[in-house]
Amino acid sequence: MGLEAKLQNEGFITSTIDALVGWARESSVWPMPMGISCCAIEMMATAGPKYDISRFGSEVMRFTPRQCDVMLVAGTVTYKMAHVVRKIYDQMPDPKWVIAMGVCTSTGGMYRSYPVVQGIDNFLPVDIYLAGCPPRPDNLLHALMKIQEKIKNTKAREFQDIPLLEPVKINGN
Amino acid sequence: MEIKEKLEKLLTEKFPETSFELTEFRGEVSLKFNKSVVVPVCEFLKNNSELEYDQCVDVTAIDWAKKKNRFTVVYHLFSIKNKTRLRVSCDIEEHEPHIDSVSSVWQSANWYERETWDMYGIKFDGHPDLRRMYMSEEFEYHPLRKEYPLMGIPGDQPLPKK
Repeated sequence: MGLEAKLQNEGFITSTIDALVGWARESSVWPMPMGISCCAIEMMATAGPKYDISRFGSEVMRFTPRQCDVMLVAGTVTYKMAHVVRKIYDQMPDPKWVIAMGVCTSTGGMYRSYPVVQGIDNFLPVDIYLAGCPPRPDNLLHALMKIQEKIKNTKAREFQDIPLLEPVKINGN
Repeated sequence: MEIKEKLEKLLTEKFPETSFELTEFRGEVSLKFNKSVVVPVCEFLKNNSELEYDQCVDVTAIDWAKKKNRFTVVYHLFSIKNKTRLRVSCDIEEHEPHIDSVSSVWQSANWYERETWDMYGIKFDGHPDLRRMYMSEEFEYHPLRKEYPLMGIPGDQPLPKK
């Protein structure tokens, strides 16, 4: 029957490593839920059974950045919080992607005032800007599908030039 | 007896040299006096058996953006026993604004005064730990003052490197 019968009969499949790795990566994008304010409620609804983010292989929301591929920055980022967001982003292993969920995260939104960073692209590389206040869960799923498209089309050689982070000195040691 | 008349009688009995300005608007009583007697008056308001304003609900300030009496510090008080509220306020000058801390009278005033210091730059003399509440320690301005721009001053708060 089908593939198995073909393989037993000296069959083989040709592909590229890039295509194989891209397919594996796009099917298991583990999000880092950086839920800072109200957008996080919609993010939780996306993870719930009605919208069911696990259809896209992203149900594994890890609360440690070490195991994550995409950071969902859901909520208003203040100047004080920006350092925390950046630190968590730096702790995520490469390759990594960022979704700026909602207008506050993308541009500052209605918080046009001194404590709010006017768009997280001031200190983070952003892949997807997601409109809405807050965006609906299907909107977030669309952003996730866009990220999957981007991951699928990423070649391994594109990561070769990423410089290693310099070790941070603490207390002059 | 109405709260306003009761306050007027008790306060003039206790502090005959100080002038008190008592106003009532739609049942809300406000009390205004010189800032030099803020601690003894607040102690009296709290400990007098007829008044008993034992809860300090909020301490904040107003920036009027004018030369004379630029700031006003406002205290909101509540008496749990009598179920009455009182607004107490004192005017402060623009140059080196300071007022005595009432955190020794009400414990809750401690953090409210820190917040007011953070936002308006009003020093509370005798406060046990006058640090900033919301902004970072390195921040040099007081953002709710009228001269501080809404969008902040570029570079006054550090961002992580991209």
